[in-house]
Amino acid sequence: MNKSVTWKFLSLLLVTVIAGYYLFPTLSGRSSLPSLLPPLLPRAERLNLGLDLQGGMHLVLEVVTEKAVENTVDRLIAELRRETEKEKILVEQMTREGNDRIRIRLQAKEGLEGLRRILKSYSNLQQSGGADPAELTLSLTSSEVKRIQESALRQSLETIRNRVDQFGVSEPHIVQEGDRRIVVQLPGIKEPQRAINLIGKTALLEFKLVAEDANIAEAVAGKVPEGDELLYVRRMEEGEKVSKTPLVVQKRAILTGDLLTSAQVQIDSQTNAPVVSIAFDQEGTRLFGEATAANVGRRLAIVLDDTIYSAPAIREKIPGGKAQISGSFTMEEARDLAIVLRAGALPAPVNIISNLTVGPSLGLDSIEKGVRAAILGGVLVIAFMAIYYRLSGVIANFALLLNLIWLVGALASLRATLTLPGIAGIILGIGMAVDSNVLILERIREELRLGKAVRSAIDGGYDKAFLTIIDSHVTTLITAFALFLFGTGPVKGFAVTLSLGVIFNLVTALTGTRVIYDWMTRRWHLKTLSI
Amino acid sequence: MIEILGKTTIDFVSWRRIAFAVSTVLCLLGVVAIVQIGRGAANLGIDFAGGTSVQLKFSKPVDLGQVRTLLTESGLKDSEPQQFAGGDRIMVRLKRAEGSQAGMAQRVQDIFSKGLPDNPFVVEGTNEVGPAIGKDLQKAALWAIAISMLGIIAYIAWRFEFKFGVAAAIATLHDILAVLGFFYVLNAEITLLIVTALLTLAGYSLTDTVVVFDRIRENLRGRRKESLGDVINMSINEVLSRTIVTSLTVLLVLLALFILGGEVLHDFSLALIAGVCIGTYSSWFVASPIVYEWRTWERAKLKAPPAKAKAKG
Repeated sequence: MNKSVTWKFLSLLLVTVIAGYYLFPTLSGRSSLPSLLPPLLPRAERLNLGLDLQGGMHLVLEVVTEKAVENTVDRLIAELRRETEKEKILVEQMTREGNDRIRIRLQAKEGLEGLRRILKSYSNLQQSGGADPAELTLSLTSSEVKRIQESALRQSLETIRNRVDQFGVSEPHIVQEGDRRIVVQLPGIKEPQRAINLIGKTALLEFKLVAEDANIAEAVAGKVPEGDELLYVRRMEEGEKVSKTPLVVQKRAILTGDLLTSAQVQIDSQTNAPVVSIAFDQEGTRLFGEATAANVGRRLAIVLDDTIYSAPAIREKIPGGKAQISGSFTMEEARDLAIVLRAGALPAPVNIISNLTVGPSLGLDSIEKGVRAAILGGVLVIAFMAIYYRLSGVIANFALLLNLIWLVGALASLRATLTLPGIAGIILGIGMAVDSNVLILERIREELRLGKAVRSAIDGGYDKAFLTIIDSHVTTLITAFALFLFGTGPVKGFAVTLSLGVIFNLVTALTGTRVIYDWMTRRWHLKTLSI
Repeated sequence: MIEILGKTTIDFVSWRRIAFAVSTVLCLLGVVAIVQIGRGAANLGIDFAGGTSVQLKFSKPVDLGQVRTLLTESGLKDSEPQQFAGGDRIMVRLKRAEGSQAGMAQRVQDIFSKGLPDNPFVVEGTNEVGPAIGKDLQKAALWAIAISMLGIIAYIAWRFEFKFGVAAAIATLHDILAVLGFFYVLNAEITLLIVTALLTLAGYSLTDTVVVFDRIRENLRGRRKESLGDVINMSINEVLSRTIVTSLTVLLVLLALFILGGEVLHDFSLALIAGVCIGTYSSWFVASPIVYEWRTWERAKLKAPPAKAKAKG
């Protein structure tokens, strides 16, 4: 055997062995290879099936990042109020305008100087005067707005990841898409509605004092005293009916859920119903102790996402930093509530803008049918090639097989997810592989018709088909690249599969089959070629 | 040697006028389809238009009329229930709903569990898509097509010449439009999977065109005496058996998918089958004839100025 033929053969073999290593877990149905292999090798995992094939849930969430900006501005207003009070500057009105501006109107314009002094330490606020000399408009700088939005998205991603982890989904896939979207994929999930509730809940926990002196009837009619707000108490009654009782509470929370260290489900010994018991960190314990000491006798509302769960009266100072949320939960609800409280609140609300759920039976059905059809199609093609081109067709089929092994092996090693469009990519790749072989074989036939000897007909055939194959593959790669740039999710998968198929095909069609021809002609000095 | 075709001498170029007429009609259909998609009048899948779909499998066959009544009574007037083979599988689609889609799928399930209490079902799949996502997807698809067209023109212009690049891009675009038009006429649902199929067939059609162009270029180099039309005809005839063998093998796979692949792959494989046929046709009757017309026109223009001067003088 010629030396270069040997080398080519060995490198093809090497690539095939590597592909086989990555393929093994998928084909054998094991989750990974037996551990006799040296630990230096990367772990080969089973090829992931997409949700359209496996069943599961695909959510696209949009983080309302403007709300995070509004929250920041509201916090700044509260802070400025405290500081102006401290400096004894008389403020007539201080309100948020739009979502990133604050309008301050002072009682007298003399206070402006003091206000400006306070504002010196707020570098993220831009000032502009109003029409009135006693008025000032502040707005967040655009870079600050951008920073807040970015961090809201990052935090949301982190929080959702935490929640999903604690919920216990195997192999979830949670990624950012664009500058305000999060894609969550939960394969094989059984209770989609419960997962949605868990992921979509803002879970902002607040402790607010009940405004006992407020007139509830008036508040319901729309006249809520300044600094207070109207919320509803949720109570589950017999069956599934939820009753809502109005209650007026102070707007300012004395404590929020970000100071929590733990949240656990417990069974209340008196009512035998599940409750969620929470514990605060040091800072939270101190604040909770002070607040309860100062307000003995008043009622404290436990508010989650603007709904009051309970409003027990404070009997004495609570020093241990522990509290309970009761609200006639089912065990499941209590467990999910504990999860969201532990994972923390979302910095901004999220909207579910797309929800694709595929039941496991449909996915299984489409795989079975698709695989059966693909196998039949493949057998037909292989049979056709072998009959039409005889031995050369068999050699072409060998290249096809090699191409398929490499492609699926590469997908497995990249931890790619196989979806229906991905399978379309594989089919197109195989189509191109058939085409490359047909191009070469037809060229060899032409050369043979011209009366050339076998050896030079093969060489001529490969040489002439070479540029055509390169051109058709490069144009396909260009299309795949454009798809990769602009496609999302499954279309991107299609582009990756297609590009890989095209690249492998260049090697298998141009080198894989040639090695066999070279070997055959050297060994047997063929006078005729079966083609 | 088994051969489907012997040596052929089909005069492809002389068919170009008829082919251009046919292709114009096909492309116009495609343009109509795109306009209708833009207006929201086409049968867009909910991945693009936004909306909700729920697929349910009942334990006993259900009556579609009863399903429709149940949905209408519950206020979901624009729903499109659809029944699959066997009668126990139902797909309900709610399209172009405004605002949030969250919870719609649950609502549909509630309607059936209350309305058909003695016929329990399992949910095989639900899909809720907000309108914003659909718009984004449409935009991304258009960008992807535009960028790949430009890329193809640039590459083929570099490898061959500019005219070939433009002709290949037009032929590819022609194929996408034709299949889109075909689907519009059939009123088949245009989903993300169909768009993938369109892009796949663009790949096939391009390969076909490039193969023919390569042969034309090769033959142009060798035979300067023969007319362009003859060279084109000869080239297409020479690669004819390759084109037919390739299309045939691909069609074998697609037919298997079409017949056995199940509901999910049905429209997808149909689009590809149409695409392979159209793509083969366009590389014979569209791409090369465009190059022919363009070159002939250019040659006539080069000769024209002296003729014009004569006329003036």
